[in-house]
Amino acid sequence: MSGRLKSGGAIDRDEVLRFHFDDREYFGHPGDTLASALLANGVRLMGRSFKYHRPRGLLAAGAEEPNALVRLRSGRAAEPNLRATMVELYDGLVAESQNRWPTLRFDVGEVNSLFAPLFPAGFYYKTFMWPASAWKHYEWAIRRFAGLGRAPEPGDPDVYEHRHAHCDVLVIGGGPAGLAAARRATRAGARVILVDEGAAFGGSLRGNGQAIDDAPGLDWVADVVADIEAAADAVALPRTTAIGYHDHNYVTLLERVGDHLPRPESGQPRRRLWKVRARRVVLATGAIERPMVLADNDRPGVMLASAVQSYLNRQAVKVGERVAITTNNDSAYDVAVQLKAAGVAVPALIDLREEVAPALAERLAAQGIELLLARAVVQVHGKYGVKGVDVMRLAPDGERVSGEVRRLDCDALAMSGGWNPTVHLFSQSGGRLAFDETLGAFLPGTGGQPAAVVGAAAGRFDLAACLADGDAAGLAALEAAGITRKGRMPQGPAAEASTAGTPPRNLWQVPTGPGKAATAKRFVDLQNDVTASDLALAAREGYRSIEHVKRYTTTGMGTDQGKTSNVNALGIVAGTLGQEISAVGTTTFRPPYTPATFGAIAGRHTGLNLDPIRRTPMQAWHEAHGAVFEPVGQWLRPRYYPRAGEDMAAAVNREVKATRTSLGLLDATTLGKIDIQGQDAAEFLNRIYTNGWKRLGVGRCRYGLMLHEDGMVFDDGVTARLGENHFHMTTTSGNAGAVLSWLESWLQTEWPELRVYCNSVTEQSAVAGVSGPNARLLMESLGGDLDFSPEAFPFMTWQDGTLAGLPARVFRVSFTGELSYEINVAASLGTALWETLMRAGAAWDITPFGTEAMHVLRAEVGFIIVGQETDGTVTPIDLGLEAMVSGAKDFIGKRSLARADTARGNRRQLVGLLPEDPYLVVPEGAQIVERAGMAPPVPMIGHVTSSYFSPNLGQAFAMALVEGGGARHGETVQVCWDGRSAPAKLCPPKFLDPDGSRARA
Amino acid sequence: MLDAHLRLSSLAHLGLAARSIEEAGDAGIALGEVPRRVALTLRGDGEDAAFLDAVGRALGTAPPLTANTVASLEDVVILWLGPDEWLVNAPAAREDALQALRSALGDLHHAVADVTESRTVLRLSGASARDLLAQGCSLDFHPSVFQPGMCAGSHLALTHVTIHQIAEDPVYEIHVHRSFADYLWRWLEAASEPYGLAVVTG
Repeated sequence: MSGRLKSGGAIDRDEVLRFHFDDREYFGHPGDTLASALLANGVRLMGRSFKYHRPRGLLAAGAEEPNALVRLRSGRAAEPNLRATMVELYDGLVAESQNRWPTLRFDVGEVNSLFAPLFPAGFYYKTFMWPASAWKHYEWAIRRFAGLGRAPEPGDPDVYEHRHAHCDVLVIGGGPAGLAAARRATRAGARVILVDEGAAFGGSLRGNGQAIDDAPGLDWVADVVADIEAAADAVALPRTTAIGYHDHNYVTLLERVGDHLPRPESGQPRRRLWKVRARRVVLATGAIERPMVLADNDRPGVMLASAVQSYLNRQAVKVGERVAITTNNDSAYDVAVQLKAAGVAVPALIDLREEVAPALAERLAAQGIELLLARAVVQVHGKYGVKGVDVMRLAPDGERVSGEVRRLDCDALAMSGGWNPTVHLFSQSGGRLAFDETLGAFLPGTGGQPAAVVGAAAGRFDLAACLADGDAAGLAALEAAGITRKGRMPQGPAAEASTAGTPPRNLWQVPTGPGKAATAKRFVDLQNDVTASDLALAAREGYRSIEHVKRYTTTGMGTDQGKTSNVNALGIVAGTLGQEISAVGTTTFRPPYTPATFGAIAGRHTGLNLDPIRRTPMQAWHEAHGAVFEPVGQWLRPRYYPRAGEDMAAAVNREVKATRTSLGLLDATTLGKIDIQGQDAAEFLNRIYTNGWKRLGVGRCRYGLMLHEDGMVFDDGVTARLGENHFHMTTTSGNAGAVLSWLESWLQTEWPELRVYCNSVTEQSAVAGVSGPNARLLMESLGGDLDFSPEAFPFMTWQDGTLAGLPARVFRVSFTGELSYEINVAASLGTALWETLMRAGAAWDITPFGTEAMHVLRAEVGFIIVGQETDGTVTPIDLGLEAMVSGAKDFIGKRSLARADTARGNRRQLVGLLPEDPYLVVPEGAQIVERAGMAPPVPMIGHVTSSYFSPNLGQAFAMALVEGGGARHGETVQVCWDGRSAPAKLCPPKFLDPDGSRARA
Repeated sequence: MLDAHLRLSSLAHLGLAARSIEEAGDAGIALGEVPRRVALTLRGDGEDAAFLDAVGRALGTAPPLTANTVASLEDVVILWLGPDEWLVNAPAAREDALQALRSALGDLHHAVADVTESRTVLRLSGASARDLLAQGCSLDFHPSVFQPGMCAGSHLALTHVTIHQIAEDPVYEIHVHRSFADYLWRWLEAASEPYGLAVVTG
């Protein structure tokens, strides 16, 4: 039975914290994790396994925990798959177990265990292959029984924050090596960030009572942390995990700001994602102990020896009354001695090795602990908890066990299969790993970036070596950062060097014992229920690459990413394949090191701040007048302005009709505007656009098409000549940035000799477009110094002047096909202009119209929209705009227009489309085929690009791209969508005012 | 003469004036909008002595040639934006100086574009100003790196800005494109929550 000791540990026994796990109430203390508090309350069963639903307890005490995954909090604040070992206890904590139904103790899913022999590696792939279309049904059922936690309900009530930071030295890991490095750098005045994933600094010193500088290790830790906190430019962040090591020493950290509290403090985020750019990184990430692969090694009570030690020393929790220990190395001997000293019985220490240093054996003997050398545990007894272990003699070659089966009574088994330096971040940084045969572990090899790996992360486990390592790394970092030392340098910290030990005996699995042990499961990856035989099977089935073995067996996947299992798995695969481990290699270490929530990654980019919403100067007017908006790039533009009782169709019909018959008003501010100046400006435009620009007179405007090099239409718009060497270009609203980049890339990389500057002036002006047969009357009524008569102000010209007292530039251009003026004023005067126009226009029932009416109006007269009639595969000739393509000069894309494929006659060409049912608005994107009733496969000959109802024509109409469509006017085709189809007649893509006289009026 | 009351700031709809106070008090962040001022984008060849001379004659100071620095004479400020691009700022009343710039450059290869209306300028100060910037901008604002008289273009949250430090305390001016001003203000207001926000008159 596990439970709390009367004394010891870094917990506050005076304060009692109440918490719930699966609807039962328990008590713990500050300093507890959920894991330690449950153990202290005698709770061992904390989860059900992924595939077989086997009962599981804690394996570890830290970030590597594979089993004890819980759902924390409730409702919208709930969070699944949290490791109980990393959840700090607070008063009122509520947690529940996962992957069980109806309860943890009685789990129906455990029936999977009975069929376990049927679930080998790749079971799902092999079983649910046929028919492939049925997978979605299988998956639904499988997910219910195999899986992790449930996703929380939408609407996370918490706030998350991002924070950029820069430093000279980023020290990852606050154990002795990391602290020594941070101490050295801080004292020299460097900008230092020290992080540790634990609630307190100290790392291994928090549990082992070692001394530094002849004083308790934790005193030294407190001094160093106090130094850092006192320094102006240094920061020490507990509860902070470095989750990603990217290029250029860019490291992401996840700080759990409020997770240890019932609620984050007011104004504070739950978590903070740090984005650190460090000159130097010191990786002091420590090491993770390996479990041993033996029969039924997943039973609650089988734990890593270091975890048993951690619970004992940090939280004064004993994991059992009688704890057997099995090891392949020296580190577990301390655990045995400390358990005994705390009053826990240790029936035996079972060491795989043939011999150990006499000093170690003597330490056990002095405590009366039996030492069994050259022995192995071959079977764990018990289901919901350990009831005993079977021990046998291990042959010298490690391939067999033999002799008597000796049963040891115990209620917990502590195991140490060696240590893996935590090389995840080093590997992410681009560093290469090297397998060390003696340690049986991968060590950091050649580095990828300006970083040092120190202490246990570099395979040095001795305290004195860790301190020396860290101190040297701190000095090196100062040198690299160019920080000169002031005054006398302090001594590095010192500790007693340990005596040379006996190397570990690396066995990737304990040989199978007789009887029940021969068929029992020997788990390698506890989280994914992968056994030693699954891995051997994968190797026998032909999987050679460790990456393939990982995906086939799922070993090393899941929330723990195989922190405790990967090297054992490699060893077993290498053994089966008869290869060296170094030849098999590791799977790729990818960020994040431990799971990061989407909330932390999103930060404050949520809700209205998900993406910027660009506002025109008239936006508040549109909002106040009930506009319905649609996104256009990052702008939100009015789509239509419904009046009481109107639906979208009614509002759009009204706006279209009003503009065509009297007067409409459009906020056209969002059009991209680029100011182009320089002696070569006209030549530049000549190369950019398909048509000619050199002879355009000052004061005049021209419509232009620009192509990419492939001859496909990229953007269009009207450009005005403001002066001999000065042009004002307009672009589509969504493409403004891309066009400016396009212009700059040609100027900077291909034509640096052209004397031209391009500047964005999109934001400078508010633009109101007045459109309709009464537009001229409105303009004349405003008062000012401009003459709007057709002779003085013809179509496709511009003039500067004053309108209603506002300085304005007026372009007489038209996108609706009606008489139109686009009035540009200073952006800050946009609302003043708009309100003036609304007041003065009342005489002609001026009607504000949105983008939807604009689309209908332009389509009625056959004007294209780039991105709607074009999709990157459409040439000007396809659009019927041959007249826009100059034969007299060169321009970007010209040569591509002569390619056989772009020049052929039966390309998809722009046509008009009139559905036979005059009220049928076919969906945009609908496919077009020759006729109804064709036998499949039916060739698609085109698609609908724009489709509307025209209140002016009194019927539905559309535009489409159809193969050879330019020569097929009058023919009937079939339009198909969503299982429906309808006939429609092809016609020229101009439905109203084909000679354009209305715009020129 | 245009009635100045017709002009509306890009933040007018937020009603900031009603929330403004004179002194920031205990708040860690003080934020306000700087009143409208003249702004020009100036393009030219930074290696052309004639160009530099002409600008110097018109504005009293040549454009800065060191990256991310600012040159100023009295109330005319020139921010370095790129090797051939500067932002010239002056109070609304100094439109004359800017006219002088256009005429001084004459036939030299250059461009001057009026961007007075294109940008909104926010003034940010307070004890937590650096912490606030660090939430949304990847630049290093440590006093050893970024000081008064320096400027830089970057992203703040999800929008492009030019940040100019104008005083040691620190005080920053943040230039943002007009259509993004509402987004940036609301983001800054939300991100100020941990420190406390005082809306001040710019």
